[in-house]
Amino acid sequence: MNKSVEIKNLDLEFGAVKVLQNLNLDIGKGEFLVLLGSSGCGKSTLLNCIAGLLDVTAGQIHINDKNVTWAEPSERGIGMVFQSYALYPQMNVEGNLSFGLKNAKLPKDEIAKRIKRASEILQIEPLLKRKPAALSGGQRQRVAIGRALVRDVDVFLFDEPLSNLDAKLRADLRVEIKRLHQNLGNTMVYVTHDQIEAMTLADRIAIMRGGQIMQLDSPEEIYGRPVNKYVAGFIGSPSMNFLEGRIEGDVFLVGDLAIPLAGYEFASGNAVSGEASLGIRPEHVVTGELVGNAPFQIDIDVSLIEPTGSDTLVDCEVAGHPFRVRMDGQAKIKVGERLRLGLDLSKASLFDKTSELRL
Amino acid sequence: MVDITSSQLSGPQGPKPRKALSRRNILLYGTLFVVTVYYALPLYVMIVTSLKGMPEIRLGNIFSPPVEVTFEPWVKAWAQACTGLTCDGLSTGFWNSVRITIPSVILSIVIASVNGYALANWKFKGADAFFTILIFGAFIPYQVMLYPIVIMLREIGLYGSLTGLVIVHTIFGMPILTLLFRNYFTSLPEELFKAARVDGAGFWGIYFRIMVPMSLPIFTVAMILQVTGIWNDFLFGVVYTRPESYPMTVSLNNIVNSTQGVKEYNVNMAATIITGLVPLTIYFVSGKLFVRGIAAGAVKG
Repeated sequence: MNKSVEIKNLDLEFGAVKVLQNLNLDIGKGEFLVLLGSSGCGKSTLLNCIAGLLDVTAGQIHINDKNVTWAEPSERGIGMVFQSYALYPQMNVEGNLSFGLKNAKLPKDEIAKRIKRASEILQIEPLLKRKPAALSGGQRQRVAIGRALVRDVDVFLFDEPLSNLDAKLRADLRVEIKRLHQNLGNTMVYVTHDQIEAMTLADRIAIMRGGQIMQLDSPEEIYGRPVNKYVAGFIGSPSMNFLEGRIEGDVFLVGDLAIPLAGYEFASGNAVSGEASLGIRPEHVVTGELVGNAPFQIDIDVSLIEPTGSDTLVDCEVAGHPFRVRMDGQAKIKVGERLRLGLDLSKASLFDKTSELRL
Repeated sequence: MVDITSSQLSGPQGPKPRKALSRRNILLYGTLFVVTVYYALPLYVMIVTSLKGMPEIRLGNIFSPPVEVTFEPWVKAWAQACTGLTCDGLSTGFWNSVRITIPSVILSIVIASVNGYALANWKFKGADAFFTILIFGAFIPYQVMLYPIVIMLREIGLYGSLTGLVIVHTIFGMPILTLLFRNYFTSLPEELFKAARVDGAGFWGIYFRIMVPMSLPIFTVAMILQVTGIWNDFLFGVVYTRPESYPMTVSLNNIVNSTQGVKEYNVNMAATIITGLVPLTIYFVSGKLFVRGIAAGAVKG
């Protein structure tokens, strides 16, 4: 894989606060990488370092095999899209698109050509003479993407570009960004705290916490085989259920239940024993007619129901732990009813009690 | 036909009725009226008196409107009133003030806005210390610096010249103006600045193409503050210039406080109004922008 962005041993400190610590990251050419994490995890800081808007404390950044650690943002071959659009309010759309090109002293016909191409791709041709104040949120963000597009760069940086939009627009623009990536084939680095955006857009996701990357993997891998309890709890909505218990032989003991571990693939290949937490996603619990096929079954009392239309979330308790189950939206279920659940540990995750790492 | 909807509803409906003469309104408008009179009455007396001849003033009815309107006092105040040795009215002082105010205002605003921009957006080493020292300067009483500045100006050969006074005004305007501009630029979205950097604009490019066009309100505020402050200044004017280049405020003082002959109240009033006219005009012309600038930070892209 050709490398587009390489980050080597990157440190960043604000005074005594270490925001990024010894961070290493390689991003391939044409890859869509999402930096995902809760606020304050350093994901936006990392993006700003790549863009050159923050001076790093230690380490190197390479873009297209060129060491750009000390280079100005405009010299790095990047385009950036911001959460608040950051359009220049006193210039019209055309002015916004051409500002960077004029600074780069490009010839007029080249500027016109690039603006034409970008506005065709983003369908903002009718808006070129308007001021940003006269645009809707979605249109503004398109123009902001256009401003990165006209620069004709290899690496696009997105800093939570959809967070200021309403839910419907966000879904629409998400699809457009994905299509844009498919058509252009540029490298894209995308910061978000929205896991749906991360899962749908990314070739690879980097989950960040406390200035470090916890897991860097494909969305499927991160969803299916999270490396630690934090990642497991962070990805997935509703979040994963955790049962605190003990592994003994080939069963997981929690309360008075003994759940067979048959089908679970241990990370080390060999079964381990000891204190552990068992993580099961609400959507991996079997209900209804298929319960009979599950290797382990349990009856629970329904304590709360959250219908969302497409599916129904059922709250209950398993061995003293709060537990959620995702059922079909058609399921007829009432509070107080007894429900039979089937658990299959082949899709579950086990984490060590103290290190919280995947077992 | 009876209106069906209103006949079906009983009890309170629609807008709540309000009494025009409630206790609250009487108190509110009463207070406003008293305050207005308090401020407007002296101005009224000044205008009325300035339009009367001296015999009419001697009658003592200061509130009565002029029986015979005369503009003689205004002409005299502008062109003939005696300020110490010379007798050419306020006109010399007016033009001196113009020559002091315009360069001082422009120079101080240009420097302070660049200062504020650098402090807000380009965090350089020692920026905070620099800013603290600058702000501290705003709290040092003028009297402390009066004499040292006399010596400094003398040493560089500018003492008594208008240039010297312009420099003094520029320096003394610096702390408060820098604070003003820094706070305004800080309130502008930081991402705009970042976007401009990604777009390859440099220090001056961002300042002129991005920041200044967005900052009309704060430039207006700064201009009003400086124009009124410098125009109304008396102390620096009298200390750092010579009689032939005294600003208007000093001329006014010399007219009003001259002790020979009769006190010409009408001329004094006219002279005072003329002197106050410049800041007053500035307020009226740019009042709206002034309010917008004071409430700055509400400017969104």
